[in-house]
This record gives sequence, structure tokens and C-alpha cells, in this order.
Amino acid sequence: MSRLRELLESGRFVITAEVGPPKGSDVNDFREKVNLLKGRIDAFNVTDGQGASMRLSSLAGCLVVLSEGEEPVMQITGRDRNRIAIQSELLGAYALGVRNVLAITGDYPTLGDNPNAKPVYDLDSVGILLAASSLMNGKDLAGNPLKGNPPKFYLGATANPNFSPLELELIKVEKKVSAGARFFQTQAVYDLRVAEQFIKRVAKFNVKILLGIIPLRSVKSAQFISRMIPGVKISKELMHRMEVAEDPKLEGLKIAADFIKKVREHGLAHGVHIMAIGAEKTVPVLLEML
Amino acid sequence: MIITKGKPLDEILSELEGLEKIFIVGCSLCATASKTGGEEEVEGMKRKLESFGKKITGSIVLDPVCNLQKSRLDLKRYDSEIKGSDAVLCMACGNGLQTLGEILGDKPVFPANDTLFLGEVKRFGVFEERCLQCGRCLLTSGVAICPLSRCPKGILNGPCGGANDGKCEVAQDLKCVWIEIYEKLKAMGRLGDFRKINYPLDYSIKVRPGQHLVRRGVSSEQA
Ligand code: SF4
Ligand code: SF4
Repeated sequence: MSRLRELLESGRFVITAEVGPPKGSDVNDFREKVNLLKGRIDAFNVTDGQGASMRLSSLAGCLVVLSEGEEPVMQITGRDRNRIAIQSELLGAYALGVRNVLAITGDYPTLGDNPNAKPVYDLDSVGILLAASSLMNGKDLAGNPLKGNPPKFYLGATANPNFSPLELELIKVEKKVSAGARFFQTQAVYDLRVAEQFIKRVAKFNVKILLGIIPLRSVKSAQFISRMIPGVKISKELMHRMEVAEDPKLEGLKIAADFIKKVREHGLAHGVHIMAIGAEKTVPVLLEML
Repeated sequence: MIITKGKPLDEILSELEGLEKIFIVGCSLCATASKTGGEEEVEGMKRKLESFGKKITGSIVLDPVCNLQKSRLDLKRYDSEIKGSDAVLCMACGNGLQTLGEILGDKPVFPANDTLFLGEVKRFGVFEERCLQCGRCLLTSGVAICPLSRCPKGILNGPCGGANDGKCEVAQDLKCVWIEIYEKLKAMGRLGDFRKINYPLDYSIKVRPGQHLVRRGVSSEQA
């Protein structure tokens, strides 16, 4: 059974973090990132060609996490594989010990480093969840029976509490829940009220919510995040803190730590998901502050 | 309508390298509307090729090129001109090109156009893709906005996480089509249709090449 699920269901505040596999076959640095966080977070979310950039596979990254005795969450997108490949990847992952799967539609190839690639999108995020749920019921998506015990995945998906209109985002969350999602990892949120509003509206779905955290690194990074994450708002106050900070990186980590502490104290969400986007090595500093 | 775009002249000239006598075929329908193969463009092409030393043996704008039997008949009149040419330049779509290839046997036929998509003429010179010919139209909710052709990812349960401020993550000058669908269904009071999960498409009905036969009221299809 998924350890992440056990933890979330036990009611403990869960912390997960994102780790990006390398652009290459040398996993030493990746292993080091995992080691830095070993025993300090509850699960490692391994990205699948994030930003449509070609990397070592998510499954291989998950195996490194497993070999360190840690709990991986395998991201899987619909961008690069059709339903046959997605289902066989899921079966393979389960056979090798991966229990948690996060279904994502996937960033479009022209946004990445292999812009000439053929976009697949045979399944979108909802379709991937349907496929995984179907495997869990002992059948493939076409209805053919699987041999042996079916896999028991803990399925997750993404959501964006900042999205406007929120009604539309909630419909998508609902679809993902009906397709099998049991936990949600959200886009970065910087405003407690936005988080609160979202959590209230999804409470009826009875799913676990990990609020997304992207520590700010500089005023520039804050501006970038405001542009890139649909609907996200970084308050003037936070911007000001970043502007006047002597060490903006440290300030960003402090802001993130304050936010996480408040979420934990008020029992706002079931946990948080930290996305350091390339700066994974700063996450231990953030964890120290909690 | 099939939307086409003229190839750069350099590319056409390099295709036609070493071939001197050229017969030009245009098309009265889509390529005329796309301004890539009507009377005017055929005349323009004639002059351009002549200025590069080609000899134009003749030309015709077929009505339309893709009607095999009709085009076969219409081209009969130009039999000797075409026989006396080194090549035929087709100013129609990729379908028209192949219809010509089928009619003209071993005469080399070259494309003057790039075929882009099946789409709408929004206004003069502005075209937008509208249908991917998926084989079983999904648009049964009354919304009449196709996500397969208008969402770059062609996803069935959108929007994706990239839709930002109503704009598409891929083509930021376009509105996210899934947000358009949501807004229109909401305005129609039919949001219930938006809530339904769309199951993955059945590609077995879309094995290429598509064939469609309508005969004596019976329609059999593998499109
Ligand atoms: S769903 Fe879209 S691609 Fe399919 S037939 Fe209808 S308009 Fe064309
Ligand atoms: S933003 Fe909208 S139209 Fe663009 S890829 Fe995502 S769902 Fe499709």
C-alpha cells in the first residue's frame, strides 16, 4: 500500500517535494538531491519531462528514490505516449514498487527543448486517471482482462486554486475525482484566503489536498511566477519583503516557511508540496525553518 | 474549406530545376478562396516562372481539381499541351495534387502550395482551423466549438493547467478554446454537458486512408 496514502489518511501533516530528473543518464546529482531530503519529507514527486524538456524518465527517477528507501510519486503526462504506452508504463512502475501516480496532461512540446516533437495527447489527465483506474479494476482501457493481481495505485492529479473562474477549475477537479484521483497537488499559492476558499469548495469531494509552494528567489522570480501561473497573486506586501530583503533567497524561504506554518496550524490543507524548480538543494533550509 | 498557403518561389523553382516547359493547374474552389490557386494567382505564377526562363505551355483552373472524373474530362482538351510539358505545377491542395497525379500517369506533378488545414475564412486573408475530421463528430452538446482542432493538445477534458487569463498556453494570441466552450455552454444554460467526462476517442474508426461510399441511399464508412 502507498505510504503517502497511509500518512495522508492518518491525518498527519504531509510534506512532499518535487525533484526533477537530470538531462542525462548520470543520476549521481539526482541521488544527492534525494539524500539531502531523505527522512525529512514524506514523498518525492518525480517530474515527467517538465516544461516539455527531454529528461531522464520519471519512472527511472522513481527507482532511484525507491533505492534510497524513500517514497516516490510518479508524474505521468499524456504528451509523449499513447494509451498503450501509458498503461504499460503504469504496470511496469507498479511491478517495480511505484505506488503513487500523478496524472498530468503535459506541457506542449513547442514550449520545451525538443519543439519539433510530435505531440501525442491520446489521453489527457482525466484519460490517464481513467486508464489507471481501469488497470486497478483488473482491466485495460479497452476492457481486456489483466493477469494476476491488479495494481493498487494511489492516484493524484493537479489543481489550481488561483484559477478564475474557480467554478471551471472545480468542475475539472470533480471530473478528476470521478476518474479516480484521491489526492491533489496544487499550483503554487501565496495567499491564504485563496487557499482557504479552494479547500472549502473541494471539501465535498473528500480528497487530500497538498498545497503547492514555490519559494520566491528574487523580485524577478516573483514577477515570473505571477506571469506563468494562471491567476496567481503575489501580494504587494510579499513583493515589498522581497525588494528590501538583504538576502532575497533566504527571505523567499522564510515567506514559504511562514505560509506552511500557517497552513499547518490552521489545518487548512492535508499537507504541502514544495516545488523548488531546480533549487532543490535549498529545500532543507526551508524545512529547518518549520 | 481546405486552407492552403503558397510555397516560397525559391522552393518552387528548386523543385522545377532542370524542367523547362511547365503546365499550370489552379482550382476554382478552396485554392481560389485561399488566394493560392485562382485565375489571378495562376496568371501571376505564369509571369513569375516566365521571368525565370520557364516556358508555360498552358494553364487551366479546374472546377474543382479534386473531382476525379470531371477533371479527367476537363483536362482532355489540354492533352497535347500537357504531353509536351516537362512537368505540371499544381496550385491546389494536397488532395488536388494527387488527383492530378492519378489522371496524368507518369507526368511529374509538383505542388505550388502547402496545405494547412480544414478551416474557416474569417475575413479576407485570415483563416482558422476548425475540424480535424475525427470521423465521429463529438459536438453533440450544441456548443459547436471543436476542441480537437482548436485546442493545440486536442484534449477532451479541458482546459489544461496552462490556460492563463483566458489565453491558450501554446498560442497566446488565441483564447483557450476550453474556456470558450465553458462560457458558451454556461450562457446556453447547458453546463451539465461540460461536467460529463469525455472518454478517450476511438481511433479504430479513423484508420487511414479514409474511404467513404454513398450508393443508392446506403452509406458505408471507414473515414
Ligand atoms: S469533433 Fe471536431 S474534428 Fe471531429 S468532426 Fe466534429 S468538428 Fe470535426
Ligand atoms: S490552454 Fe486551452 S486551448 Fe490551449 S492547450 Fe490548454 S486546454 Fe488547449
